[in-house]
Amino acid sequence: MAEKNGEAPKKKRKRPPPTKKVPMPEQDPLVRNKNFQEVALGYTAEQAVEEANKCLNCRDPKCISGCPVEVDIKTFVGLVREKKFMEAALAIKETNTLPAICGRVCPQETQCEAPCIYGIRNEPIAIGRLERFVSDYARAHGEPLPKLPRKIGKKIAVIGSGPAGLTCAGDLVKIGYDVTIFEAFHKPGGVLMYGIPEFRLPKDIVMSEVEYLEKLGVEIKYNYVVGKIRTVLDLMNEDGYAAVFLGTGAGAPNFMRIPGMNLVTVFSANEFLTRVNLMKAYEFPKYDTPVRIGDRVAVIGGGNVAMDAARTSLRLGAAEVNIVYRRSKNELPARAEEVHHAEEEGVNFRLLTNPTEVIGNEKGEVIGMQCIKMELGEPDDSGRRRPIPIEGSEFIIDVDTVIVAIGNSPNPIIPQTTPGLEVSRWGTIVIDEESGMSSLPGVFAGGDIVTGAATVISAMGAGKRAARGIHKYLGGE
Amino acid sequence: MYEILFKQVLNSVTKMMVVDAPDIAKVCKPGQFVMIRVNETGERFPLTIADFDREKGTITIVFQEVGKSTLLLGSLEKGDKILDFVGPLGKPSPTDKKYGTVVAIGGGCGSAIVFPVARAFKEAGNHLITINGARSMDLLLYRDEMGRISDETYVTTDDGTCGTHGFVTNVLADLIAEGRQIDLVFAVGPVPMMKFVAKTTEAKKIPTLVSLNSIMVDGTGMCGACRVNVGGQMKFACVDGPEFDGHEVDFDELMGRLNAYREQEALSEKQWAEEQGGAT
Repeated sequence: MAEKNGEAPKKKRKRPPPTKKVPMPEQDPLVRNKNFQEVALGYTAEQAVEEANKCLNCRDPKCISGCPVEVDIKTFVGLVREKKFMEAALAIKETNTLPAICGRVCPQETQCEAPCIYGIRNEPIAIGRLERFVSDYARAHGEPLPKLPRKIGKKIAVIGSGPAGLTCAGDLVKIGYDVTIFEAFHKPGGVLMYGIPEFRLPKDIVMSEVEYLEKLGVEIKYNYVVGKIRTVLDLMNEDGYAAVFLGTGAGAPNFMRIPGMNLVTVFSANEFLTRVNLMKAYEFPKYDTPVRIGDRVAVIGGGNVAMDAARTSLRLGAAEVNIVYRRSKNELPARAEEVHHAEEEGVNFRLLTNPTEVIGNEKGEVIGMQCIKMELGEPDDSGRRRPIPIEGSEFIIDVDTVIVAIGNSPNPIIPQTTPGLEVSRWGTIVIDEESGMSSLPGVFAGGDIVTGAATVISAMGAGKRAARGIHKYLGGE
Repeated sequence: MYEILFKQVLNSVTKMMVVDAPDIAKVCKPGQFVMIRVNETGERFPLTIADFDREKGTITIVFQEVGKSTLLLGSLEKGDKILDFVGPLGKPSPTDKKYGTVVAIGGGCGSAIVFPVARAFKEAGNHLITINGARSMDLLLYRDEMGRISDETYVTTDDGTCGTHGFVTNVLADLIAEGRQIDLVFAVGPVPMMKFVAKTTEAKKIPTLVSLNSIMVDGTGMCGACRVNVGGQMKFACVDGPEFDGHEVDFDELMGRLNAYREQEALSEKQWAEEQGGAT
C-alpha cells in the first residue's frame, strides 16, 4: 500500500526472522499409527547443541520459575552448550527425579517454556526436548550416582509409586531418610505405567528411572494395598514410620449418567489403557490379557487420556476413531501437541457433541451412540464456556466401541480406612498448601489425591513440597 | 513371589493350593479375594480366599480350570512360586452378626468358597443349613467339611448321582414351602445358579446375598471392568462387593459382560494346549 502523506517509510532495523525450535524427528504419522513404538525420536547431540546455543543465558532466568520442580534450566542448558551432557543430567537430577519422563510428558508450553525471554519473538528454547536428550544420554552412558548424606535413621512410608510418590521418595532419600514405597500394583509408576501409552512414554524408561531411585536406596513393596493389609495408622503407630506420604492419585474412573454405560463394549479409559499398557494386551496372545477393539470407536472426552485412548485404538486396528467432546476445539483440555498428533494419525474430532445414550444389541454389544449437538454459553466456574444442548438436535453415530475418558475421582480406600483424615466433598484429601500435611500430624499428601486428576508434573511438584514439609516436621530445616 | 506350600487335586477340574502369604493371612476375612498373576506374561485374575491360617501365614485357594490362566496356575506344583498375589481385596462377608437361621448354598467350585463364610455364620451363633450342589457326584466339593459345620446339610446333583436329583434351588424351594424360618440365604456359584436362588427367595422377601464373579483387571476400584448394575446403581464388584443383595442384581447383564472376551479366551486356551502338546 502506498505511504500516507507521501512520507518516506521509517527505516526499520534489520532483524533476522523469528527462529523455530530445532525440529525433533518423529515417526511418520501413517506408519506410527500402526505400531506402539515411540512417536518422537529425540534430538541427536548435534541438534541438542544447536538448540542450546540459542539460549540467551539470562542473568535472571524466568524459565526456572515456570518449572514446578524448579530445575536449574540455565545451568543445564549451559552444560549442553559445552557438550557436557553427563554433567547436565546430574544438574537436572539434583531437583528432578524423573527427567526422562518430564522431558516427554510435561506441557512445557504452559510451564518452563512459557516465560522464556527468547520465546517473546521466536519459538521458545526447546527446554523439554533438551531435558529429554540429556537424560536419555545419561541413561545410555551409565550415569553415576550422586554422593548421599549420612542416614538420619528415620523411616518414611510413601503410599503409591506414581509421579508424586516417586518424587517425594527421591527427595527424602537424598536427605538421608530410609524410604519405603508401598505400591498396590505389580509394577511401579502409577499412571506413568498403566495410563500413558508406550508410544508416548516407553515403559523401559519408567523402569530405569525407578531403578535409579532403588539404587539410591528407596525400597518398593509391590502388591501391597495400604488400607487392606496395613492401614496408614498401623504404619505410623506400630511399624515405626515417622511420617507417611499419601500419593495414591485419582484412579477411580467416572462414567456418564446415561443409559448403556454397562454395555459389554463400553470401557473406561482406565480399563482400556491398563489392559494395553500395564498388561501389554497389544501383544496378546503372547501376553495373556485380552483387549477388545471394534471397527468404529467413540472416545468420550477431550483430555490427554482421551487422546491416548483414541491413538491406542488406532494402533489396535480400529478403522475409524472419533473423539466426542461437548465443547469446541479451543476448550480441549489436552495438550495442543497431543491433539495435533491425534489429528495427524487420523483421529476424527466430533466437537460440540455430547452423548445421551449408548445403544446396544441383545448381546450387550454397542451398535450406536445417540448424541446431541451443543452450543457454547457463558463461562462457568472453571472459566470455560458452558456447553448447552441444542434442543431437538439428537443424532446417532455409528460406533461399536465406546471408551469413556471423562476424568477420574480419588480412590476411596485410604480415606475410608484412615479415621481422622479430613476429606473434601469430592473425596480429595485436605492439606496445608505450604507443608503438604493433612489433618493428621505426620501424614502428608500430594498429587491427584489432593487436587483431583491433574498433570504428572504438578504431582511431582506436590511430592517435592511434601518432602520438604516432612523434613521440616521431623526437625530438619 | 509367593510359594505354593501344598497342592491337592480335588476332582477332575478343581485344584486346591495353600500359598505362603503371611501379610494377607494376618488380616483377611471370609468373603474377601486375592488377585493373582502367575508369571510375567500372565493376566491378573481374581480368586476368592477359600481359607486362611493366621498362625502359619497361609491362604488357601480353590479353583476350577476353565481357561489358560487357571490351567497355568493348576500346572504349578508344591514349591513353585506365584509371581503376584494381591489382597485381601473386597469387603468381608457380614458374618459377625447373628441372623437366626442361615442357608449357605454352594454350587460347583462355589462350595469351597462358601465354606469359610458358612463356618463364620455358624461361629456367630446362627442355625446353619448348607446346600451343596454340583453337576455330578464326582464334582461335589467339601461334602464332609460342610457336614461337619452344619446343623442341617443337603446335597444335590444335576444328574442324581448323589443326594437330591436336581438343583440347589429345588431344596431351597422345598424348605421355603415347608414354612421354615429362614433369615438369610447366602449363595456362591455359577451366575445362573445365583440368579435362580435369588428368584426363589424373592417372593418371601428372604434376604439373599450373592458373591459376584465379574471380570476384573486391577481389583482395587480403578478400572470399572467389574461393574454391575445393583438396584439401578453402578457398583464396582471389587470394592463395593463382591457380595450384593441378590434381589437387586441384574444377572442377565452380568452374564453378558462375563462373555466379553470369549473369543480371545478360546484362542489363549488353544495356544496353551498346543504348547503343552508340543512339550510332551
